[in-house]
Amino acid sequence: MMTSHSLVTVLLQASADRLSPIEGLWRLFEWLLVYVYGAGMNLLSELLGVRMLGYPYMQRAYLAGACIAVIGPLVGTFLVHREMSMLADTLAHTAFAGVAVGLFLNAALSLSLSPLLTAMIVAIGTALLVELLIEYAGAYSDTSLAIVLTTGFALGSVLITATDGGIAVGIDAYLFGSLSTVSKENVGLLVAMSFLIGTLVTVAYRPLLYVTVDATAARAARINVRLYKRLMVVLTALVVVSAMQIMGVILVAAMLVVPVATAGFVAQSFKQSILLAILAAEFAVLSGVTIAYVYGLAAGGSIVLSAAAVYVTVLVVAKADTRWLLRSLPRRTDQSIEHTQQGLEADGGERE
Amino acid sequence: MTAETTNSEPTRERSTVPVVSVDDVSFAYGDLPVIESVSIDIEPGAFLGLVGPNGSGKSTLLNLMLGLEKPDTGTVRLFGEPASEFDAGERIGYVPQNATTAADRMPVTVRELVTMGRYPRRLVGRFSDDDRRAIDNALRAVGISDLTDRRVGQLSGGQRQRVFIARALAAEADLLALDEPTVGVDAESREAFYELLADLNDSGLTILLIEHDIGVVTTYASEIACLNRRLYFDGDPEDFVATDALAAAYGTDQHVLTHDH
Repeated sequence: MMTSHSLVTVLLQASADRLSPIEGLWRLFEWLLVYVYGAGMNLLSELLGVRMLGYPYMQRAYLAGACIAVIGPLVGTFLVHREMSMLADTLAHTAFAGVAVGLFLNAALSLSLSPLLTAMIVAIGTALLVELLIEYAGAYSDTSLAIVLTTGFALGSVLITATDGGIAVGIDAYLFGSLSTVSKENVGLLVAMSFLIGTLVTVAYRPLLYVTVDATAARAARINVRLYKRLMVVLTALVVVSAMQIMGVILVAAMLVVPVATAGFVAQSFKQSILLAILAAEFAVLSGVTIAYVYGLAAGGSIVLSAAAVYVTVLVVAKADTRWLLRSLPRRTDQSIEHTQQGLEADGGERE
Repeated sequence: MTAETTNSEPTRERSTVPVVSVDDVSFAYGDLPVIESVSIDIEPGAFLGLVGPNGSGKSTLLNLMLGLEKPDTGTVRLFGEPASEFDAGERIGYVPQNATTAADRMPVTVRELVTMGRYPRRLVGRFSDDDRRAIDNALRAVGISDLTDRRVGQLSGGQRQRVFIARALAAEADLLALDEPTVGVDAESREAFYELLADLNDSGLTILLIEHDIGVVTTYASEIACLNRRLYFDGDPEDFVATDALAAAYGTDQHVLTHDH
């Protein structure tokens, strides 16, 4: 039984079938998903007596959520501290237009494009367009983002109604996300994106940080500010589109913003802020997915609500804590300083 | 608090090539002329104070000097190379206007910010012992070694300015350019800050300072340039006080703020 599913068999079979590297990787991923991750979760399910951990679709949901909770804050930290949080929301809504474009082209020209691919293209295109507008028009404008966001969404809704059977593909699933329909392909995409985004951010961490903190000085230091700003918005598009199917177009931006804002209250350093944001996001995802399953609620909404709950809790604790700390600190009184000064002067006087 | 610590390596080579050389430069934003036929050199080791009324083009001239903007006519050379093609970013330490207020909200520690000074030299890969030594020396030179793990936003205005100076020192820059660095800093810290700049200048660092407080510039700078679209004066601070360049540039009867030390 085990031998027929061992890693060696899978790899041998893959090479016997003359698979391309991508297909080979996909086989490997499937194997890992079912026989390593799945088996581990089954064991956990039995040990804890929690049945939902044993269901393959729940296992996929947890894994997909865990990936989103890494890549969201990882990219979101740069975005939020560049004060461009709204870009994530804008790209999500134009990605919806991208989905609609894909469905429309498929219906009109009888193609078989993946809506996710068209969404990716449209989102990356919009991201670069917004960045170019910022570069040439100078300022980052709330209004222009609002225009792009609503226009993108309007285009999406029009194209969907213009597409025969468009409603049948489940617009709700794109708008609000869906956990029960997380396929192996969805999880595969998220895992691959996590590796890609993780690698890119690791390699470009220093210039990204410099550009985020002090873009003018970065330019004077001859860092290619335009390149890294563009990279930052493209990364945002990648995260938004990868996570869109699970979180939903309307809610996905929350994963790039809410945990980051939470971490900002307590983090001292930028690295710490990224790590704490990922922790907050993981907590939100795991509790959100669980609550959604147990009470039969919308998963995306549950995740965002628990992220918001963490935000409010940290906000209250952090503020209360500083106020309490301020009160408990010994007051630096002017009296004590006067005393020392008098003491010093008295000393000097005696010596004379 | 000695500035010498940053220059523990063999003394900066004093080449005779001007650090910045601006030759008959004009620049306009659209139809609006901002800089008109300005020529000025900054020699190695100079402490140039650039003064002028609001909107006189000081920041634009600084951007032109650093190669962040290209002149419409004329040439700008940085360390002998055309400024816009100059690519040794580590030789320039730049403290932009309001840089310190932007860092307020950011979760960035003092060490993280100062470490950015090494980024032009090492954009990827592990930092060497030299990198770490330069960072430690820079922190020590400006007297903030005990604040390394603090979030920059939690520091006082004066301390925050020092963090940005330390970033330039960590880069082991040859030119330190500051654009109105002490806006929002209390008077006492300001004085200490300019003393620090004077110390750094004594140790060989070339300094270019944009200031609205003319008294500060006449006290600390070795050379003063007065700009209002055109260059009204370039020379000794004492001569500047004696001439009517100030009144000419500002267009009103301005008075040099007296400083009693």
